[in-house]
Amino acid sequence: MTDYDALDYAPLLALADDEVVTHSRVRDVTTPSGKTIALITLDNGFDYKRPNTLGPKTLEELNDVLIDLKGRASRGEIHAVAITGKQFILAAGADLSKVNTVPSVDVARLLAQQGHRTLGRLNELGVPSFAFVNGLALGGGLEVALNATYRTVDSSVSALGLPEVFLGLVPGWGGATLLPHLVGIRNALRLIIENPLRNNRLIDAKTAYRLGFADVMFSPIRFLEDSLVWADKVLTGRISVRRKFSPGFFERAFVWPQAIRIARASVAAKIGRVAKSPFAALDVLAYTRTASRGDSFAREDEILSSLISGDQFQASMYAFNLVQKHAKKPSGAPDPTLAQPVTKVGVIGAGLMARQFALLFVRRLKVPVVLTDIDQARLDDAVAYIHREIADLNAKGLLSSDETSRLQSLVTGTTDKNAFADADWVIEAVFEELAIKQEVFASFEKIISPTAIFATNTSSLSVAQIGSKLKHPGRLVGFHFFNPVAVMPLLEVVRAGTTTDETLATAMKVAASLRKTAVITSDSTGFVVNRLLAKVLGEAMHAVDTGTHPSVIDAGCAPFGMPMPPFVLLDLVGLKVGAHVLDTHHAAFPDRFFDSENLHKLADYGRIITRDKKGNPSGFDKGALNIVKGGTSPMTAEAFQKRLEDGLADEIHRMLDEGVVASAQDIDLCMIMGAGWPFQMGGITPYLDRVGASERVFGKTFHSPRIAGVQN
Amino acid sequence: MAIGNRVAFIDGVRSPFGRAGEKGVFWTTRADDIMAKTVVGLLERNPKVPPAAIDEVALAAATQAGDQGLVLGRSVGILAGLPLSVPGYAIDRWCAGAMTATTTVAGGIAMGAYDIAIAGGVEHMGHHPIGAGLEPNPRFISEKLVDPAALSMGETAERLHDRFPQLTKERSDRFSMASQAKAEAAYEAGKIQADLVPVSASGEAGWTVVSVDETRRPGTNMEGLADLKTPFRPHGRVTAGNASGLTDGATACILASDEAVAKYGLTPKMYLVTYAFVGVEPEVMGIGPIPSTEKALAKAGLTMDDIGLIEINEAFAVQVLSFTDHFGLPDDDPRVNPMGGAIAFGHPLASSGVRLMIQLARGFAEHPEVRYGMTTMCVGLGQGGTVIWENPNWKK
Repeated sequence: MTDYDALDYAPLLALADDEVVTHSRVRDVTTPSGKTIALITLDNGFDYKRPNTLGPKTLEELNDVLIDLKGRASRGEIHAVAITGKQFILAAGADLSKVNTVPSVDVARLLAQQGHRTLGRLNELGVPSFAFVNGLALGGGLEVALNATYRTVDSSVSALGLPEVFLGLVPGWGGATLLPHLVGIRNALRLIIENPLRNNRLIDAKTAYRLGFADVMFSPIRFLEDSLVWADKVLTGRISVRRKFSPGFFERAFVWPQAIRIARASVAAKIGRVAKSPFAALDVLAYTRTASRGDSFAREDEILSSLISGDQFQASMYAFNLVQKHAKKPSGAPDPTLAQPVTKVGVIGAGLMARQFALLFVRRLKVPVVLTDIDQARLDDAVAYIHREIADLNAKGLLSSDETSRLQSLVTGTTDKNAFADADWVIEAVFEELAIKQEVFASFEKIISPTAIFATNTSSLSVAQIGSKLKHPGRLVGFHFFNPVAVMPLLEVVRAGTTTDETLATAMKVAASLRKTAVITSDSTGFVVNRLLAKVLGEAMHAVDTGTHPSVIDAGCAPFGMPMPPFVLLDLVGLKVGAHVLDTHHAAFPDRFFDSENLHKLADYGRIITRDKKGNPSGFDKGALNIVKGGTSPMTAEAFQKRLEDGLADEIHRMLDEGVVASAQDIDLCMIMGAGWPFQMGGITPYLDRVGASERVFGKTFHSPRIAGVQN
Repeated sequence: MAIGNRVAFIDGVRSPFGRAGEKGVFWTTRADDIMAKTVVGLLERNPKVPPAAIDEVALAAATQAGDQGLVLGRSVGILAGLPLSVPGYAIDRWCAGAMTATTTVAGGIAMGAYDIAIAGGVEHMGHHPIGAGLEPNPRFISEKLVDPAALSMGETAERLHDRFPQLTKERSDRFSMASQAKAEAAYEAGKIQADLVPVSASGEAGWTVVSVDETRRPGTNMEGLADLKTPFRPHGRVTAGNASGLTDGATACILASDEAVAKYGLTPKMYLVTYAFVGVEPEVMGIGPIPSTEKALAKAGLTMDDIGLIEINEAFAVQVLSFTDHFGLPDDDPRVNPMGGAIAFGHPLASSGVRLMIQLARGFAEHPEVRYGMTTMCVGLGQGGTVIWENPNWKK
């Protein structure tokens, strides 16, 4: 067992000069039966908008406080210790603002060890400890509670969780060790593995209580008062706490190892084997089954230090900051005050895309949305569909009845174009053909107000050309959604050379109202996401065309850790669409993007992969393999991997030179939000830097210093 | 005697009273939170009262703004988790707010409109110092309607000393010392804490749970009292020691009709006999309880000799003494404030009326030989209020 008190934490504290310290305030509180409880309040002195975090100085102070309280307990001055947080917040977890400056594996290990030394004291006070979970508790914040003897939770708390695996870490201040012994392996897997991998889903107090995390739940009106009365009853023996999920012999012997095996397989099936953190967490969860607490904490220390000092975590933190911060300050956005109000939306078309637009706009903007089409029956069908979708939200409890009727009444459909006369925002969802889009917009321009804005959802045409027939081309902006519109968070907002600042500002405001992450791109083929996916798919098809077996290509792609192999992606977007995307990019950049005759043949044939009964990809279609055979210069997986890495580095470098977007950060944000590329890659550019592709291709790196761990 | 349905006082509780101001325990706690926690504590203690059966929530505050400004009876009902169907309103008669909330909903019960109602009040005097935000009408001065000094409560107490020279500072101090001693004895016997709802409070020192009054000064003696400053006049008589402290706190009680008492199996602690409010000259507002008591006694067909327990709000010692002198009671009459009063506990303006009732109810339980009691208080800008109660435990 590690003697945590014997370690020198000075190198860690040296990183924390400007830490916002969360103080541990102690007050003695007398319970109804006359017991004295030392109540610790974690408070960084700011309101809830700046949550408590746990940095080295914070932990040092808490450690000193707990040492003092242990002394008081031994002298009989206090009968228990309780810990809670400032209003609405227990703690948002470890202070990660300095983790990119951790200079070595040893210092990274100290970060883990300092947590164990400090929080572990909650279990070694000589008197019971209580965590009164009064508000948000994430990661290390939740581990504060897990290290205590008992837990109460405020029923109004909505954000509890262990996001470590999402960020490339493991819950390493006791979480991975303590949780399965408290709530059972299945519930622990849900909190430590499954929820983080479901886009960092958090749980509320009621769920936490149901899963066995908290011993009791109280309503917020008298949470602290009730918690103290409850603690008093525990201390006086009037309540004995039972933990029904705490694993018994059968669970430990049989259920636990089996659950770990299943989890390993299911994580691998879901995200592949590249991301380290989920498997590292599973290692601790497997190890802690039979290990002593001390040994298991030591294992957490080793695993956490190796992750903190590794590439994937640093890339994940970069990605997390992109999504949390960079996304809220879009590069190149004009003065937001130029935005015009949008009080009515017109949607041209009544097809699937038009319906999705109308539904999203009415839900988020809550203004009249009118669809128009030449066919009234189609419109009626579209409006009925949207009304049904809104009613479904009501049935799921996501919309009140009043709000349901409000939204339904806002959506109408008419063949009369004049209904657009007072619309401020008109978006088209018509066939992806230049002449059609040009003509549609030109005809509506005669009707709409002089200030109304046109948005096109084109993915492959030039926005400037679409607007070239307009009297006022400055009112047109590209508004490129990803399918399914309601789910995918990215919106590429395309600024054509003609687009005015007012138009762009309005588009950015609308995007924000739609709760999308908007990235401004130039009016160039494929914008960001499609251009890079076209690169991947084009390289993959080219390798097939020249004789490489698709399984070799999959193997070459595997080290990236992308959400799916290229041929599964092709299957998902549709082979015809895929062929069209390759053609478009080949036409725009013939020397760098491949088109593929074979892909057209495959599209006609209709299949490329096979799927099992559950719909999971199970291999390559024999007929498809037959169609593409005949190439004479196959590549190895390694050669393909390098070629793809270099191709992406080159293309991104060119895109930045061309000014497609303002920065590498924008590229990464697009790939994370629009293509689901993982945090551990940092989107794409940190990955390309760390594998050396950037230097091979253009002699420099996208990021300086590289976003990489200290291990390498 | 009162006509209409009989009104029963079922139970009352209060928050501990905290010292007003930045150093007080409730400085960073909202008034409506203190009030809501008090209502929750009241209902937890009375599980037989179905929340949905509450017909009204009348809550008082002298300053109806900020954290005690949003239609208190309604907003606190929502904060306390009462069913949305339970209505509520805010009410104000400055210091007699909670007393007026009680008498007003009692009127509703008497005439058959309500079966069960909650009455109470809150004053966060730290957040809302007395008189803050007021804009007295200039006609008060131009037409000599109200002496400007009448808006300083301490000055009105000095004026009582002027009017009644026999009410000396020494008598005031002695009464105050006794109030502290009686409060301490009641605390030691656990009589006060039994009706307190603990309230959590946060501050720079972290969270705590407040379960006792903060302003008590056990061991107060005449020497200490003699040394205190007289902030209202040089060489005056009114000091912080012979006046009620500025405090933050809330009170609440349940009133019910006989029918509701029978229906829900409730146990009344008091029955309301009658009540009266009377106006007096604003600059001697402290004498208000004298005429209101005379009026209430007359309505009840009783005399002071019939009253076995008196809970009078100790806004100022001199003002209590003006009352006892008037009715020929000795300064240390054991019927008057036997558990201590506002000089020890504090006087969070609009909440105090129900504190008097809580203490009278406890007195009734201890004294089955007492048939009638009263709660009475003075009110700023010149009023007095008196409520006469009958003891259900009374045995001849």
